Amino acid sequence: MSAIYKREMRAYFTSPIGYIFVAIFFALSGFVFSFTTISNGTTDSSNYFATMIVFFVILIPLLTMKLLSEERKLKTEQILLTAPVSLIGIIGAKFLAAYTIFAGSFLGSSLVNFSVLGVIASKEKDVIDKLSFPTIFGNVVGILLIGGAFIAIGLFLSAITENQLIAAISAIGVFVLIFVLSILPNKIGNETLRIVVKWLSLFTRFNSFSYGIFDLTSIIYYFSIIVIFLFMTVRVYEKRRWA
Amino acid sequence: MIEITNLVKRYGVNYAVNDISFTVEDGEIVGFLGPNGAGKTTTMNILTGYLSASSGTAKIAGIDILENPLAAKSKIGFLPEQPPLYLDMTVSEYLNFVYQLKHCTLNRKKHIAEICDVVKITDVSARLIKHLSKGYRQRVGIAQALIGNPEVLIFDEPTVGLDPKQIIEIRNLIRALGKNHTIILSTHILPEVQAVCDRIVVINKGKIVANEKTEDIQNATTGPRKLIAKICGPENDILKALKEKQGIIYAEILGERDSDSFSYLIESEESVDIRKPLFHMLAEKNWPLIGLESMGANLEDIFISLVKEKQ
Repeated sequence: MSAIYKREMRAYFTSPIGYIFVAIFFALSGFVFSFTTISNGTTDSSNYFATMIVFFVILIPLLTMKLLSEERKLKTEQILLTAPVSLIGIIGAKFLAAYTIFAGSFLGSSLVNFSVLGVIASKEKDVIDKLSFPTIFGNVVGILLIGGAFIAIGLFLSAITENQLIAAISAIGVFVLIFVLSILPNKIGNETLRIVVKWLSLFTRFNSFSYGIFDLTSIIYYFSIIVIFLFMTVRVYEKRRWA
Repeated sequence: MIEITNLVKRYGVNYAVNDISFTVEDGEIVGFLGPNGAGKTTTMNILTGYLSASSGTAKIAGIDILENPLAAKSKIGFLPEQPPLYLDMTVSEYLNFVYQLKHCTLNRKKHIAEICDVVKITDVSARLIKHLSKGYRQRVGIAQALIGNPEVLIFDEPTVGLDPKQIIEIRNLIRALGKNHTIILSTHILPEVQAVCDRIVVINKGKIVANEKTEDIQNATTGPRKLIAKICGPENDILKALKEKQGIIYAEILGERDSDSFSYLIESEESVDIRKPLFHMLAEKNWPLIGLESMGANLEDIFISLVKEKQ
């Protein structure tokens, strides 16, 4: 499993895709941060985090699109599937590699952003006190969870096609749909339907984190989404073997 | 070492592999032979755990590939039809990756260096795989299969797309590997099996049509054996003598070849080698035998007759 993880990490940076992802991520996050906090003259960073999630719709498919589709197309998956490694190990290693790049970029860029804010704030002594660390921490945890869920979904979509472009576009489509579902519930009259739609939307659950509240059910919810999609990815491979 | 029992692989109503059984003994090199689409690759993919069989079992060293896939897979080195190479890695990076992937415990540097030496890729080990020629890629594919020194090697068409010199090198390599490994290789090139394998398993349309030692494969075909003899002398007398000869069931004149000799088609009885008695008879009568060739003695004809028989 560690062999696959290491190879995958390496592959991100021997092709341009890893650099492109990290560069866009840092640029976007700096841009968003300066607009939502610094130029607004506020230390409330919840808008920054919420806006970043919207950009994940496009950014995360960049990471997941070729994880499995490319291996299938180039038939390199044969070496993985005939090696003494379990399917869960293969899929898990791929997930962790994408997650490492994602989490690294997010934590790295946020650290830079908040350092800048800190420098600016140090000139105006009272601003630094207003930085709400529990809120920031809640947002960070929430984003790390929602990002994991997105990556698991993207990985699953990469497993069902051998064309990385289709994998990317379908992932963007699914993420947009999930985003729409988060706006929709207010307009739905039917109570049951509203609950279902709300449950399906990954964004709705994020709200409690953005206030700095650690809601255990939300944490379990995101973990369940990750586990369900990783499991479904494993099932895709098992089914293909039997087909 | 390898035991395949009643293996079936069904795709909808089509059978890719239909109830095949065979065993491969320790240290044997078995050629898996058949036309395109016969089910060779499917069988190998099942054997290596890449596909699952619809029914039947495949065992490696007594371990069922379905029941205990990880243990069985660790005993196999597999070269698929298309070598599974990551083009963005160098040869040595790739082999190190495979080493880790297989949880190999041998001395890493020494083991990889030895393998590179055996398949002669030491001089390209620092190069990116995407810059290698087809022949070198194939060798890297074989190197990959050798990592961890598995007991069983499975090669799917190892010489496809190589130039004649490379083909000979790879065959010699496989023969050398056969001293310490059990090998199954698939091919549709007949001289290859003859050159390399101890035993031949012929498969056609998902079924085994012959499973013989390489030297005995001729017996696998049924029916009379045919010879073409070129004999000098009076044609009618010769034909009469031939027809009367015990063991010959049919003879006919094929036509005049040279001014004083004729060619005769001779069919002998099943499992009778008529060549020596024929020579003695002709010598006795002083009819010089100036040419004798057997029809259907080469592997091509046997193969085609085997494949046709079952259609």
